[in-house]
Amino acid sequence: MSLTDAQSTTGQLLELYRAMRLVREAEERLGALFADGEIPGFIHLSIGQEAVSVGVAAALEKHDTLASNHRGHGHAIAKGLELDRFFLEVFGKQDGYCRGRGGSMHVADLSIGMLGANGIVGAGLSIAVGSALAHKLRGTGQIAVVFFGDGAIAEGVLHESLNLAQLWTLPVLFVCENNGWSEFTESARQLATDPQRMAAAYKMCALNVDGNDVVAVAAAARNAVAQIRAGEGPCLLECRTKRVRGHFEGDAQKYRDASDLAMAARSDPLTRCEAQLIATGTRQPVIDKINAEIKKRIDAAVAAARAGAPPAPADAVVDVYTVSRELSS
Amino acid sequence: MSEVRFGQAINRALSDAMAADPSVILLGEDVARPGGPFGVTRGLLEKFGPERVRDTPISEAVLAGAAVGAAMTGLRPIVEIMFMDFVTLAMDALVNQAAKAHFMFGAQGSVPMVVRMPHGGGINAGPQHSQCLEAWLAHVPGLKVVCPATVADAYGLTRTAIADDDPVIVIEHKALYAKKGELSESPAATPLGRACIARRGQDATIVTYGAMVAVALTAADELAHSGVQTEVIDLRSLQPWDDSCVLGSLAKTHRLIVCHEAVEAFGVGAEIAARMADAGFDELDGPIVRVGAPFVPPPFAKTLEDWYRPDAAKIVAAVNKTLS
Repeated sequence: MSLTDAQSTTGQLLELYRAMRLVREAEERLGALFADGEIPGFIHLSIGQEAVSVGVAAALEKHDTLASNHRGHGHAIAKGLELDRFFLEVFGKQDGYCRGRGGSMHVADLSIGMLGANGIVGAGLSIAVGSALAHKLRGTGQIAVVFFGDGAIAEGVLHESLNLAQLWTLPVLFVCENNGWSEFTESARQLATDPQRMAAAYKMCALNVDGNDVVAVAAAARNAVAQIRAGEGPCLLECRTKRVRGHFEGDAQKYRDASDLAMAARSDPLTRCEAQLIATGTRQPVIDKINAEIKKRIDAAVAAARAGAPPAPADAVVDVYTVSRELSS
Repeated sequence: MSEVRFGQAINRALSDAMAADPSVILLGEDVARPGGPFGVTRGLLEKFGPERVRDTPISEAVLAGAAVGAAMTGLRPIVEIMFMDFVTLAMDALVNQAAKAHFMFGAQGSVPMVVRMPHGGGINAGPQHSQCLEAWLAHVPGLKVVCPATVADAYGLTRTAIADDDPVIVIEHKALYAKKGELSESPAATPLGRACIARRGQDATIVTYGAMVAVALTAADELAHSGVQTEVIDLRSLQPWDDSCVLGSLAKTHRLIVCHEAVEAFGVGAEIAARMADAGFDELDGPIVRVGAPFVPPPFAKTLEDWYRPDAAKIVAAVNKTLS
């Protein structure tokens, strides 16, 4: 490897680290704010799974579309959502992405192809399939990506989506974040198959990576995306990862063994990425500086979200339809 | 003017919309090569090609969900659900996704999609191929629901639905597909949310829609023999519905009957009756009477189905009840 290549590799690794740290810092802050009662409703954190959202996003172009799920903060931030409007939305404020109507489970930014987090398990797959159909018919060269958990494998619409995408050779990347848990139950007790065999059943190209190794995820995602963009049809990318937090914040995870949780902590993707950076010559102060910068950005976003105005009820009635109706209720 | 069948009018609307806008596509089970289970989409594959007119697997859930994703990505998809009974399999995409996206994402974008589906009985198709489930869909904020009764509105409402930026459900009564009517050479779009008065009268108002409009007109003719002149309102749109038209008629007749083929309990008629009992309270000189199917699934055997579906005699009885 030449010096330039090494520099560029280190530069890329730093960018991946920076993106993961941003997701981590945002979610750790959300967890604390939720515990303090500052965030209403439910939030589902993806702590420990940042390498998946960041690694896949690194392989995408700005206008590729992305359908997410209930554990979607990482997907949204990695896709490039503005932090202020993201936090404003999760706080339920007027100037949030969704004007306070969606919250954590429905954050979207259609201007950059982020088609929404989703409160319904498996729903994002069919949306991504349709988005991919639009890309194909419009001939734009864009692709669609959907993130789903292993729990979604038990949903019927997932199978309909895989079948249709493969049948129509659609440009869609199915990213399975296989964290081993379907809400409060081990997926092994819910699924008769696994992502690889399932993809094979639909004759779909499938890749399987260590989802806590951001470099491996990014490399696999780039391969898959290149193939999809070349018109070879969909691909399923299984990323084996670990869920660190509960299904939602406030879930004490009494159903999990201590050893399982300890293993999740040991395989932390940020710790691993930091070690790689140090091993390839990045000095600790460089990493510390990135961490400090990100902390400042999150501080600013949280301050903006706290200061934001709540939406007025009158604002809720205007957007049920694209043009306010003249008739009826 | 030329005489065409109801199904052909829908076909013409689909064809005209697809010719006018390349982003309009058609998805459904057997809509392309077979031309649709009721022949409504016949010839569209030949006109617009296999990219835009697509036979799909028997997968209602992904069909509706894919329409949402396609609509959010610049297309205007039209999905056909073969029988309205099968909409159960597509409900997540319609109720949780399509209906909510515009509101839930803070009006960032719209979901311009159309879902066509035939409802109703009369062909002995049995409990899972004959239902009228429109009240479910009209109950969901974010969906629009239309149900044409005439050839002109079959064309006009279909065009309006496709041009609309919100998700619109077009409900077609399967017994109407073969009915003939006049369609102009350059037919007009039918405005959404506007009823029309199918027959004028001053003694009582019958509000109805879809295939029951013709049944109500038959009942009105019978009543006219005994000197009762009923006004028949064809709602055309169920969500939004034209309450001012109904209220205007009620102010003239002071008697109201609401009629549909769907089960009477918790139906569209219940909403109309409740609204008029409130907004039209001062105008009412008699009880608001509903005519709908009994609270049983649509049965198969001819004797049972004939008993089940509202007919002119039941409407006549309802009018006489509120007049007595």
